[in-house]
Amino acid sequence: MNMIQAEKLIFEYEKRDEEGNVVGTSRAIDEVDIDVKEGQFIAVLGHNGSGKSTLAKHINAILVPTEGTVRVDGRDTKKPEELWNVRQSAGMVFQNPDNQIIGTVVEEDVGFGPENLGVPTDEIWQRVEESLKAVGMISYRHHSPNKLSGGQKQRVAIAGVVAMEPKCIVLDEPTAMLDPAGRKEVLRTVQKLREKKNVTVILITHYMEEVIDADKIYVMDHGRVVMEGTPREIFSRVDELKGYRLDVPQVTLLADELRKRGVDIPAGILRKEELVRHLCQLG
Amino acid sequence: MIRDITIGQYYPAKSILHRLDPRVKLVSTLLYLISLFLFRSISGYIVATLFLAGIIRASKVPFRHIVKGLKPIIMLLMITVFFNLFLTRDGEVLFHKWIFTITEGGLRTAVYMAIRLIYLIIGSSLMTFTTTPNELTDGIEKLLYPLNRIHVPVHEVAMMMSIALRFIPILLEETDKIMKAQIARGADLESGNMVQRVKSMIPILVPLFVSAFRRANDLAMAMEARCYRGGEGRTKMKPLCYRTRDRIAYMVVIVYVIGVFLIGKYVPLRVWIF
Repeated sequence: MNMIQAEKLIFEYEKRDEEGNVVGTSRAIDEVDIDVKEGQFIAVLGHNGSGKSTLAKHINAILVPTEGTVRVDGRDTKKPEELWNVRQSAGMVFQNPDNQIIGTVVEEDVGFGPENLGVPTDEIWQRVEESLKAVGMISYRHHSPNKLSGGQKQRVAIAGVVAMEPKCIVLDEPTAMLDPAGRKEVLRTVQKLREKKNVTVILITHYMEEVIDADKIYVMDHGRVVMEGTPREIFSRVDELKGYRLDVPQVTLLADELRKRGVDIPAGILRKEELVRHLCQLG
Repeated sequence: MIRDITIGQYYPAKSILHRLDPRVKLVSTLLYLISLFLFRSISGYIVATLFLAGIIRASKVPFRHIVKGLKPIIMLLMITVFFNLFLTRDGEVLFHKWIFTITEGGLRTAVYMAIRLIYLIIGSSLMTFTTTPNELTDGIEKLLYPLNRIHVPVHEVAMMMSIALRFIPILLEETDKIMKAQIARGADLESGNMVQRVKSMIPILVPLFVSAFRRANDLAMAMEARCYRGGEGRTKMKPLCYRTRDRIAYMVVIVYVIGVFLIGKYVPLRVWIF
């Protein structure tokens, strides 16, 4: 079944001059079609201003399409009566961990979502405990979020979404403000969640290394989907990616250079070990 | 230095005060604040001091931490003392030079006022030290719930307060960062007279406001994304219900208020002019 389906999605916003008069419209998303099946791990890549965050906000019905439709778990995001159902089935984690934690104690923050959904008290506690365990933050349950590291804060934010038991989690550049250690921490958490709970994950990012495990990658540029395919397909088109101002992982880049110089290895190498194996087989 | 402001911040510990129902703490704090104005004699102050000391002890919040919270009100305290000291004309003159006159009554009011203010701040900050903002919000919401009938948005106001408290440390950190950034650009925040110093605050306040608005926008979006839609249909993770200890606490506070009032009024104890 299709978890998320976008058809000919167009989103326009009005450009205004200093007095607030409309001087024209600007297209942030231009006829995008996306299909996500249940349980998939989807990555959306793109440079700043490519429209990837705007796309993410459509999945959570924070923005609604100007034209076209977005369906989340079969529900049309344009219908006001479906709004809260859509938001429950597609949870969202944002970029800045400080600006999305509402509670002053970790467990209270995780409980915020279920409280809003009207979940009975006993079940809230159960869900909070379970989701904090799932992200490995259970020992911090009584801590203040202000004293946690960036990666830990982001894991709490993820737990807050997991506690709402969504079918799909959208992560909008969750690692953009973190240091390398924090980034790994968050990605490992997401990976673990996928294995344990079989949730659909949509990861929006501009770090290419984060997406090599994805089932499918969409590359966006100027509001359009310009490339789509498996990581191997995408990463074998190194020059094209560079054209969209995306940095290819170093291994892939090296493999690509070697291939151009006539070394006999396949295109789209994603991991160090893979390159080593292929190079060793040459001799 | 700006991060030292501890007023209004939760201090995690496991004490009887931390476990009390927030409504008890809210009502008790209110009663305590009122009680400070019920007496004007040294015996009353002794009882109030003992009570406060007992509460501080029971809260397990380090005394030093509480004192740190007093720092930001030193200015206010000094102004209050100054005006009371020099502008009250009552009783015998103790000191006179040029335009400055200190009278018995002035000294008495100044000292009493200073103690009252300090106790006031300690008392109310003890409440915020031992109560998480969320509990506080729940307490206020439940206490003021009857106002909902006359269309006062109780839940929304309570939520706003708890968010404000949550963002105090974040905005303080931000202020610190902006100050450093402006100093690095050659801004002079320390020297000059009052007017110049106030003026030099502008390049700090403007970016702080911009960033606060941006944060507010982000937070509102994050709350909506987590299905926040006002108080209706919301359940509570930590619903409030009174226990035995809460009833005992109420009793202790009521006994104290009556006690301090009676002792302050009927136990004559005079030391010099006080």
